[in-house]
Amino acid sequence: MTTQRLAAATTPSSLTGEGSSQAAGLVSDGRAEPGGRMTGRGASKWVGLCFIAPLIAFLALVYVIPLAGVAEWSVTLPKPGVGQYERLASDPLVLSVFLRTFRICAIVTATSVAAAYAIAYVWVRGTRMQRRLTELCILIPFLISILTRAFGWLALLSNRGLVNSWLQASGLIDSPLQLTYNEFSVILGMTHVLIPFAAFPLASAMRAVDERVLLAARGLGASRLRIFWSVFLPMTASGVIGAALIVFVFTLGFFVTPAILGGGRSIMAAELVYLRMFQSPDWGLGAAVSVTLVVIVGLLMAALFRLARPALLGGAR
Amino acid sequence: MIQRPSPIALALAALVAAFLLAPLLAVIPISLTPARFLTMPNGELSLIHYRELIDNPDWARSILLSLRIGLVSSVIATALALAFALGVWMFQPPFAALLVGFVMLPMIVPPVVSAMILYFFLTSLSQVSEAVGYDTWLGVTLAHVVMIVPCATLLILVALAQVDRRIDLAARGLGASPLQRVVTIILPNIRFGVLTAALMAFILSWEEIGVTLFVTSVNAITLPRLIWMGVHDNIDPAIAAISVVLIVITTLALVGRMLVQRDEPA
Repeated sequence: MTTQRLAAATTPSSLTGEGSSQAAGLVSDGRAEPGGRMTGRGASKWVGLCFIAPLIAFLALVYVIPLAGVAEWSVTLPKPGVGQYERLASDPLVLSVFLRTFRICAIVTATSVAAAYAIAYVWVRGTRMQRRLTELCILIPFLISILTRAFGWLALLSNRGLVNSWLQASGLIDSPLQLTYNEFSVILGMTHVLIPFAAFPLASAMRAVDERVLLAARGLGASRLRIFWSVFLPMTASGVIGAALIVFVFTLGFFVTPAILGGGRSIMAAELVYLRMFQSPDWGLGAAVSVTLVVIVGLLMAALFRLARPALLGGAR
Repeated sequence: MIQRPSPIALALAALVAAFLLAPLLAVIPISLTPARFLTMPNGELSLIHYRELIDNPDWARSILLSLRIGLVSSVIATALALAFALGVWMFQPPFAALLVGFVMLPMIVPPVVSAMILYFFLTSLSQVSEAVGYDTWLGVTLAHVVMIVPCATLLILVALAQVDRRIDLAARGLGASPLQRVVTIILPNIRFGVLTAALMAFILSWEEIGVTLFVTSVNAITLPRLIWMGVHDNIDPAIAAISVVLIVITTLALVGRMLVQRDEPA
């Protein structure tokens, strides 16, 4: 039960879909019942406000107003003007960080969605035992802190770690391979973090596939590969798009995993913010990078809702 | 009837599963090394790093701090989320989707930006009050409430979506007040959803690092913050020991849950 909730929880689009279709159904209920909607009776309007207002007010005060403050930093530090944004567009160091961020995010999105598809497939369609085992393999890492998992990769890949020890003991290599503190380890670590996030929307898309369509394809003599390739995969394509967008958005803002596994050598945009805040203070640039990230994520989310939402809704039917 | 996955599909999934579990298993041998740096044990096994977790009071202190922050922030976040979700479900305000989207902001905005925002908020608050600002446990609690409230709201909204609205309509038709409807009709129907939300909120606060890193320095050292210092500044095998402890607890909890829950038919 929890897993289905988590599944919905990690798919903003699917939830909004659920919410809006339900809301549509409820509008008619409200009409059947006079005064049912908040806009109806005055008293119920105020009661409703008492329920909703605390959280909205809290977030406005603690989150949205300070967001404006951060945006202000980006145009006032160290001196007023759009100088920091000009630096973003011209400073080769900053540009290379953004380029690397997009490259890593694209690779991580591709690898984690592909891997998540394979494991979600067995999670949804396997036998009872297979379903339980895959569920454990997805949920255990999902619930363990990203710090612990990044450390696990260090334990596996560092110079005296498991892989290098084995390779040296078996005589395949003389000196340890440099497997950490580079882009390779950052990509491995981030893929590890994001596979569960991609698996949830993929699994709900796969659960929505009508079994009778697959049976029909089988009855018409299609091979297993053909059924997968021309029926199952297209029917879950909306889930793939949704998962890819979610993963891409999540990877953009990541900095703990890259900070540990990149060892300061392959810096990503989010880590640049951290460094500019606490190591070589340049708050204006940090704030400008933050604002840029928010804008990029906002555009991607808008794309998710414009493109993928009708597909996700349609795919569920 | 469902055609079960082919051997090729099973092999691919097994590869992914191995990838997911490998780094978690790798910390076990590392945690047993007698050396003071990250290395594989060379013949001799030792529990000194587990001993270190007990002997060094920093660990107990940060665990207690994380527990306190987790409990307080998850209670506050669940209460706020519950009230909000009930309000949206019962009263269907105009622009409900927009309101829900607004509440989801801290989950959608990149974590590093949220960290920056909360750093700005708490350092501003420090100028007003020393007790709730930057690098205090109350300040971290406030920041965690912001970060975990979207997830709690989502889980409660999902639980509410499964409630048959007609029972609430019947109660209302029979003259129940909003409070009566909540206490006697709706809450009993979503209690597992609310519990799940509170538990998830606690777990998210317990392991929160991105924002905590920005809003603490020397006083409010939570467990993830202490682990971060051990991983990032110097690689300390005691981290492997604490990791093994956390992994074992998580695994036992999940396996236990799986054993007691009924399996859905398929």
